[in-house]
Amino acid sequence: MYGKGLRPLSIATVAMLALSLSLVFFYAPLDADQGFVQKIFYLHVPLAIVALVGFVIGGVFAIAHLRSNNRKWDAYSYVAIHISVIFGVAVLITGAIWAKASWGHWWVWDEPTLVSFLIVFLMYATYYPFRYAIEDPERQARYASVFAITAGAFVPLNFMAVRMAESLVHPRTFATANGGLPGEMMLVFLCSLAAFALLWTTLVKFELTAKSASGQVKRLRRALDAPVSGGSSRIAPEVS
Amino acid sequence: MTPSRTAFAAILAKDLRTELRTLQSLPAMALFAVTTFVIFRFGLDRTSLSGSLAAGVLWATLLFAAVLGINRLFVAEREEGGFDAIRLAPIDRSALFAAKATALLAYLLALELVTVPIFAFFFLDSAAGLLPLLAILLLADIGLAATGTLISSMAVNSRARDLLVPLVLLPLVVPLMIAATGATDPVLAAGGPAYDRFGTWLMVLGLYDLIFALVGYAVFDFLLED
Repeated sequence: MYGKGLRPLSIATVAMLALSLSLVFFYAPLDADQGFVQKIFYLHVPLAIVALVGFVIGGVFAIAHLRSNNRKWDAYSYVAIHISVIFGVAVLITGAIWAKASWGHWWVWDEPTLVSFLIVFLMYATYYPFRYAIEDPERQARYASVFAITAGAFVPLNFMAVRMAESLVHPRTFATANGGLPGEMMLVFLCSLAAFALLWTTLVKFELTAKSASGQVKRLRRALDAPVSGGSSRIAPEVS
Repeated sequence: MTPSRTAFAAILAKDLRTELRTLQSLPAMALFAVTTFVIFRFGLDRTSLSGSLAAGVLWATLLFAAVLGINRLFVAEREEGGFDAIRLAPIDRSALFAAKATALLAYLLALELVTVPIFAFFFLDSAAGLLPLLAILLLADIGLAATGTLISSMAVNSRARDLLVPLVLLPLVVPLMIAATGATDPVLAAGGPAYDRFGTWLMVLGLYDLIFALVGYAVFDFLLED
């Protein structure tokens, strides 16, 4: 039932990704300062924005779960956070590459956005050990939701604290998306932001579909009274 | 229904009395902190500290000592059936959160009452910074008590209890530690206390306290349902 609309969505994602990548490489002007390497910006920043928004969406789903007591929302919340963590790995890697290319170091401690993102990532990385340390499935869902809400409140606070910890003399090397970008760059940036948002949605949908399918298979097996082999029930919440 | 205030006072009194009689957490926390100071003395190879180094040593030590207490905060509730009793009692569940957080706050303040003078005695050249440090300690402790109670109540019901508290709590208190060390750094500076951005950092600490006290209060009900 989660598979509905998956095919058009996947096609739209592939098309959008192809469009934005071709725009990045053939249309976006070369950065006067950094040249070619600046193009990683169109990968890195949208990924980061989508990951952070994904974390917050996971928190919103968690609130829905606690309010409605419907396990479906817990699965949504889990998958949203899961995909965002994967995006987070990509953000840290692309960020490190960019930092090496433009500042000469793989890791730059006085860039507040980088450090904030690392802390948020570490916070959400503990979601998995936390979740699977709780055995009772219903309690697991409830506690995971509480975690998602707490961590969601933590994200903006953390960004504020890290930014303040920096001495204000440090120059902002790149203007962020909402300021100082020339028109063509802005267009390409928005395109790739849309592409990665679509990618995130598609992956979330795929993951939910896979979970729901494996849950159904398991239920059917049980109904047939056949021994369940290779059950991966521990790895992820079930979707009914 | 018993008024929340009565329930709060009863649970808090129970906790403090248990701790006073058994002395389960506090002596261990204080001993741990003092030993950690000694380790820092050799690890850093410094006999006196000031500025950011002093702030870092003090807060890292206090945080890890706090984790010891946070680990044990709900152990009695779990092992002696206190959770069931609370669930059966006609009281607002949030009273448990408030009482536990207040008890933890009291432990932390007691811990600091012992260890901060020892820290000053070991490492600081002058005690002038201790007075403003008091405000930072109090505000940071409130935040630590709120998040610690929340995480502890979840971790105690899991398989990996002692593992989960440090694992989840440490990233969660990073903003708190940034603000606390940021405020402590100039206060413990070598040439006497300075106050650059002191008020701003205190505001961040206050905001952190407020947010996590509210989050804890809001979600704690769901942790007790069963």
